[in-house]
This record gives sequence, structure tokens and C-alpha cells, in this order.
Amino acid sequence: MDMDTNARTITGKERYEAGVLDYRKMGYWEPDYEPRDTDVLALFRVTPQEGVDPVEAAAAVAGESSTATWTVVWTDRLTAAEKYRAKCYRLDPVPNAPGQYFAYIAYDLDLFEPGSIANLTASIIGNVFGFKPLKALRLEDMRLPVAYVKTFDGPPTGIVVERERLDKFGRPLLGATVKPKLGLSGRNYGRVVYEALRGGLDFTKDDENINSQPFMHWRDRYLYCMEAVHRAQAATGEIKGTYLNVTAATMEDIYERAEFAKELGSVIIMIDLVIGYTAIQSISKWARRNDMILHLHRAGHSTYTRQKSHGVSFRVIAKWMRLAGVDHIHAGTIVGKLEGDPATTKGYYDVCREPRNPQHLERGIFFDQDWASINRVMPVASGGIHAGQMHQLLHLLGEDVVLQFGGGTIGHPTGIAAGAEANRVALEAMVLARNKGRDLMEEGPDILQDAAKGSPALKKALDTWKNVTFNYASTDTPDFVPTATPS
Amino acid sequence: MKLTQGTFSFLPELTDDQIRAQVQYCLDQGWAVNLEFTDDPHPRNTYWDMWGHPMFDIADAAGVMIELADCREVYGDRYIRLSAFDSSPGWESIRLSFIVNRPTSEPGFRLDRREGAGRLIRYSTHSYATERPAGERYGDDA
Repeated sequence: MDMDTNARTITGKERYEAGVLDYRKMGYWEPDYEPRDTDVLALFRVTPQEGVDPVEAAAAVAGESSTATWTVVWTDRLTAAEKYRAKCYRLDPVPNAPGQYFAYIAYDLDLFEPGSIANLTASIIGNVFGFKPLKALRLEDMRLPVAYVKTFDGPPTGIVVERERLDKFGRPLLGATVKPKLGLSGRNYGRVVYEALRGGLDFTKDDENINSQPFMHWRDRYLYCMEAVHRAQAATGEIKGTYLNVTAATMEDIYERAEFAKELGSVIIMIDLVIGYTAIQSISKWARRNDMILHLHRAGHSTYTRQKSHGVSFRVIAKWMRLAGVDHIHAGTIVGKLEGDPATTKGYYDVCREPRNPQHLERGIFFDQDWASINRVMPVASGGIHAGQMHQLLHLLGEDVVLQFGGGTIGHPTGIAAGAEANRVALEAMVLARNKGRDLMEEGPDILQDAAKGSPALKKALDTWKNVTFNYASTDTPDFVPTATPS
Repeated sequence: MKLTQGTFSFLPELTDDQIRAQVQYCLDQGWAVNLEFTDDPHPRNTYWDMWGHPMFDIADAAGVMIELADCREVYGDRYIRLSAFDSSPGWESIRLSFIVNRPTSEPGFRLDRREGAGRLIRYSTHSYATERPAGERYGDDA
């Protein structure tokens, strides 16, 4: 259906006559509106139902995510209604996607409670996603004004202080998730932690669904894991850590577990995204009070981030989590087993790590975003990666990232410690070569082979996983591709 | 044991040429290179002794290599680390840090445990080297 971009807001007495009025005439479609620096901006991908005017659909999104209800109400007149109405100020057809539109919507800052992700999301992704005239709706990006960013504490530790605390600089950190993720007793679980850490990893990690099951009580896991961490520290002279998952049924349980982790001397705890925004902000404040690094596993996100037509882009989740205050967040590997288009994934990394994100459409970044001085989040690459990909990982993901090799450590034919050593040797050799100016994507395999001459563990790893790749088409890809311009 | 602090401890000891290439990389980024030495390599010993100030105004790695040679001359029986400091806004910390000199023998650490109630254990990491007075921990008479 054609866009009725000429629709204009009805003003005066007519606006408040009882009955139903188009959203585009109620003040939610304002093509002349110039967003203010203090507005919260959102970009939605709107797919209207057949026969619904895209302008009306976009205006409805603005309306239903702010003040509107389905009919005119006279009580609007008791408020400064124009201010509180979200305004769709721009509507573009999505390139190469018939029937989809990018709707830019501006929200006044006073619509939101300071420092509350729960409040922000209750508006922006509240009722509106189930609205009948829309076939599908996706929140693609947001611009959070500095005035709003400053109402959040952000990551309790941040990349720089994490590195200072761990005394680890100049290279990605290395981790591994303990496998099998379910069924090990505490005693056996700690064995994996010890072997991986003494072998050369910086971190080991509980998996998202390791909490306190019949086969392993959480206290048992913490005690054995911290024995392993301290033993590995003494064996290597390096700071080591293990992400103790404190995810639990209630906030009281989460605090109890976090306190015990602290008492045992852990430098880091972890939570799952499924505990919810409020719980995340609560444990973040606890982490800040207790000098604890906070790792977030994004369990559950693919249910709403993966499909392009409907849901919330992960880049938005990453922005919310930087505000909510986590130090680590899983953000994709590009080369591993899980979903991850290269440009889109780099966009997520930019959101986590940069002090300011300029608009970058090829990476899915639609707005300039200034993070003020809020801490940086360390992205975590995990899932189906191995030592043979080290050159690609360093080239694509950079230095400030945790590379997690679970199977790629524990599955090593000569043992867990050898698997850890293989990863560490490969990583250090690659950083050394990069700093020297060598071209990693060109010479990476040679650099690995050379390093393997001094490390039988790395040689074995390269031989074992030499041909493992995961080449599948991504579902979540950028809508804008660079076009060649005549020179 | 081999102390594995620093960015390159899992590689064979770096040659001076390799160190020079890393130093030049750091200088090219605009970072200041710093030399520190210690005979107490405890993982929580943050403040190693400084070999002068960070070299803020040196542009050529050769200058740093001269300092490193001098430092090795005096403290060649200890750990020496080379770090690069970035004063950019929002970072203002170290960017790279690696060991460029080790004592000939590295005795390592003992893990001490103090048992408490509820299977709780307090750990402390004891550096064997620190059993001798500072300055006499490594080297010929160690």
C-alpha cells in the first residue's frame, strides 16, 4: 500500500472528539519533527499487515509505545500530551525488502525513569509487539542520550580495570566452558578447571544451565573450583579465575551465592540473561560494591534476536546491558558454530567496546551513540572455535575480547592442559606476529605451523581440528552494503 | 616452574630482535615504554621496581634496547618486564606487558591452606624466593 506521508496531526477541538482517530492524525506522525539531543531514539523495522498504510502502522508503533490507546481519551488534555507522545519523524522503505519499513521514533526523556532498564523496555518493547495491524516488528537500534546514559552506573569493572586487576595486557583473554556441561560432580568438575587453568587459560566458566542440580550442589562446585583456581595460580604465578554462575530462582539465592564466591576469593561471578533486567541491575550494583567482575551469558537471546523480521536486535540488547552494568557479554565469534554475520557482529563489538559509536550502516549501527565515560564491556567469543582459527579470531575480533575454547581445550587428544597450552601458544604467537606487522589473514596458517614446531600440544590441536569450519548463511545480516563509487 | 605472567610467556624466550620489534610497535602507537624489575614475582605484586621513568619521549626502539641492556647489566639475575603505557582518554593504562629477563632458576610458589568451618579454606600463595632477603633471592649465591 502507498504511504500517506501527507497525513498531518489534527489540532484543536477536533482532535479530542470522542471516537477513533488514525494514529497518524493523533500526533504520532510528525515528519517535520527534529529530534532533540535529549530524546531517546528508536529504529523499528515495521511490517504492516496487508492493506495497512505504513505511515499509519509506524504512527501506531509510536503511539502504542508511548501514550496512545485505541480511542481518543479526553484525559489527554490534563497533560502536556504533545510532549509525552512519541513521534515517528522518518519512515524509509527497507532496501531490498518489500513490505518492510524503517520507522524512526523519538521519545521525550521524561517518558523514562532514570536508571531503569525495566522501565525503558516496558515502553519500547511493551504492548506494541503484539499490535494486530502489524505483521511483524523488530527493534533494530536505539540512541540513548548522554543525559540518560548518565543515570546508569554501567559496567562495575570495565575492560581497563579488569586487565589491571588480572595483570593481563596486550592479548585477548582465554577461557573455556567446563564440559560436559551437565552431570559432573563437584570434584570432577574442579579437575577440569584445574587442568585448563594450569595449562594456560586465564578463565574457566560454568555453563548457562549449571546452577544447583542433583548431581552437583552449588556450594560443592564453588569449593572445588576455588581450590582449582588457587592451585593453578600457585603453579603458574598468574592470576586465574572461574566464572561461578550465581543464577538462581530468587534474588536472595543469587546474593547468597555471590557472597560465597566472594568469601572464597573468586575474582569473577556470572549470571544468565534470563534472570531479567532488574535482577541484572541488582547484581551489578552488588558487583560494584564488592570489586567483582560480572560475566553475562546471553542465554535465551536467540529466541528474539535471530530473525530479522521480528524481535529485538542483539545490538540493542548489548546497549541495554552496557547501561545495566555487566563486564562481559557473549557477542559472537563470526567463525564459530553460532549465528554471526561478520559485519553485524563487529557492530555488536563496537557497541560493547567503543567510547563513541558513529553511525555505521554496514555494521547495523543506525545512530551516533556517545557512551559518555561509562565503562567498556569485554565481549566474549564462545562456541565452536579452536586454535587453528587464531589468526582469524585476532584479526576479526581484536584484542579486547575473551576467546573461549570449550571443546577446543577439553577435547584435545593429549589432555585438557595440553589443549589450554595449544590455545595460549597459538594466541601469543599470533599477537607477536601481528605487532611485528605481519599479515594475519595471509600468513596466519604459517605462523601457527611455525609456533607448533616448539609446541607439540599446538601441533596436535592443529592436526585434530584442521578442517573444522561452520559455514552456514546468517539470518541476521545488515540491510546496507557498501556500494562502489566511481573514482 | 616457569612464571607465565606477561603477554609472551608461552613462547620461547624472545631474542633481542624480537623484543626490538615489539618495542617499535609500541612506540609507533604513541605508547611510553617502561622497564621494571623484581625478585618477588608474586602474582599480586603489582609494583615492581622502576628502571627510571617510563620513556615518554623516545621514538626509536634502539634507545629502549640500550636501557634494557643497562638494566640487565645490573639486575640480570631478576625478572625484568617491559610494559607500554597508553595515555589516551578512557584507557590511561598499560597496553602490552611482557617478561624480557628471568632468573636462571625459578623456584615458584607454595600454596598454603588454612582450614576453616564448613570446608572453607583460606588460601595464600607463598613465593619460595622471598624466603631470602630482598636483593639476595636469585643469582650466584641463591
